[in-house]
Amino acid sequence: MTRRSELWRPRVLAVLSAAVTAMTVAACGGSSDTNAGGGGGASSSASAGASDPSTTLNLVGYSTPKKAYDALTTAFAQTSAGKGVGFSQSFGASGSQSRAVDSGQPADVVAFSTTPDMTRLVKDKIVASDWDANPQKGFSSDSVVVFVVRKGNPKHISTWDDLIKKGTDVITPNPSTSGSARWNILAGYGAQLKQGKSPAEALAYVRTLMTKNVSTQPSSASQALATFTTGKGDVLLDYESDAIAAEKAGDAVQYVIPKQTLLIQTPIAVTAKSSHQTQAKAFLNWQWSTAGQTIWAQKGYRPVDQSVAQKFTSEFPTPPQLFTIQYLGGWTKVKKTFFDPASGSITKIEQAAGVPTASS
Amino acid sequence: MQRARTAPRSTVRPGGLALGLSTLYLSVIVLLPLAAVAVKAVTQSPASFWQSVTNPTSIKALVITLVASLLTAVIGAVTGTLVAWVLVRDQFPGRRFINALIDLPFALPTVVAGLTLLALYGPDSPFGVHLAFTRAIVLVALLFITLPFVVRSVQPVLLELDREVEEAAASLGASNGVIFRRIILPALLPAILSGAALAFARAVGEIGSLVLIVGKVQIASIVIFADIESDAPQAAASLSLVLIVVSLIVLVLIRRLGGRVGH
Repeated sequence: MTRRSELWRPRVLAVLSAAVTAMTVAACGGSSDTNAGGGGGASSSASAGASDPSTTLNLVGYSTPKKAYDALTTAFAQTSAGKGVGFSQSFGASGSQSRAVDSGQPADVVAFSTTPDMTRLVKDKIVASDWDANPQKGFSSDSVVVFVVRKGNPKHISTWDDLIKKGTDVITPNPSTSGSARWNILAGYGAQLKQGKSPAEALAYVRTLMTKNVSTQPSSASQALATFTTGKGDVLLDYESDAIAAEKAGDAVQYVIPKQTLLIQTPIAVTAKSSHQTQAKAFLNWQWSTAGQTIWAQKGYRPVDQSVAQKFTSEFPTPPQLFTIQYLGGWTKVKKTFFDPASGSITKIEQAAGVPTASS
Repeated sequence: MQRARTAPRSTVRPGGLALGLSTLYLSVIVLLPLAAVAVKAVTQSPASFWQSVTNPTSIKALVITLVASLLTAVIGAVTGTLVAWVLVRDQFPGRRFINALIDLPFALPTVVAGLTLLALYGPDSPFGVHLAFTRAIVLVALLFITLPFVVRSVQPVLLELDREVEEAAASLGASNGVIFRRIILPALLPAILSGAALAFARAVGEIGSLVLIVGKVQIASIVIFADIESDAPQAAASLSLVLIVVSLIVLVLIRRLGGRVGH
């Protein structure tokens, strides 16, 4: 052997073996895990009052109700059921959070902005299939889709038809990048049906809205709000709870509840894998109690408990033609018909509007 | 005969341990994730991979992203060299302060960069410049976040450059232009290209600073994000794989260009 080849050979072997090892490990790992998505959530550990909690519950939730959960977990720790229970909370985009838990992020309580994010976990047996077998059907609180407008409503926006007037600049998050933003578009679609339009006419309305009036579709609801508050747009489609929070934060905005709108129902559940079933269930039941539901209402969310809702009718007036996702056929059908990456009718409208959509 | 052809060996020989460790490190940190993406992209079927990367949405996103990244690399190479030149060769008050500022785009969370650009060039722009939601703002954002690459790779080379050669050329009657073209630029070019290559690679994958401001501009990273949010992780991996391969080709070409002029 010459010196040259002595030098040469181990190097080739090393590189080759590295590549082979990498491919093999990747192939093994690739088949067992079904999701490429990682967790994008910000985490915060809050020991919620108790100085040395004996139990720490992992709460993984979508981002907007963070303040409500801070208040709920703090108040829960003061109760007898919540004595010694601390919380480690993680908040982020609903879809990312759901995928993170699906890929193994520890969670005792999960809360999402849409039911499909919960269904994903039910499919993989991380959440029991009877998660919604309770009087509240698994929903922690409600909201509705509203129009956020500039202070004083200078463009006099009050109906869905006002949104498609020439010159009205509308902002709504991209439903391809934000599953939570699908509520907004479905509200516009359903509102047309409620006004007696046919499904084809309702879809034509969505096409006009998304291609002519919606000038930009940020990736998430919080980015849409940030865009709106920097001065872009006349109307922002958003959750009522977000609109209330923006008003409280001092942004120069107000909101209009349209006559026809969609009831946003956000699911909550205890995971089947939780090693603190008793405490986690106690927390769920407590946030459904009068005290818990009152906190939800104070933070801008519509209570699911009717007796509490009665006390907040002036804050949360019920629109005359309120409808739920069931009116549109339920989430499974809605996802397939409207948002399928290849064949969904709203996906096609979005492609025509030229915004980023899924490529599959 | 064989011995004569071997390259001169350095006095410090890379031992087997060093080689093994670096191989292991590169495998775990770099090769493994990249291989996982490749596997994910092609596990379903070659047909679905092909469909994911050849539909109009993907092609448009790939073209826009690669063109924007190349422009970023080219503009960044010119302006970065200029900034490095001024910082090394010119004396002016506040030079050290400006020098310290150069790295800040790396430290700033990219989403904050996006928000700042939106405030500066959005509808409420204090200068009346309305670039937000256009392709121009994509370029501005990419130039901002990649600024340090070329500056920081050119600066040390410029500092090491032997000024006596320039003085000799000048005394022989060479004009400033000739000195720059024939003496300074060849010495700097490998560093400029290496900085530009880094800027290109960084721009291809950028998402944070862009999400707020792109409007309807189809950026590959955002399309990939949409794939994941739409439960199509295979499509996301496919598009990523194409981006990685195309970037690799571009990077190799840039390096070869650097190698050629370096000799």
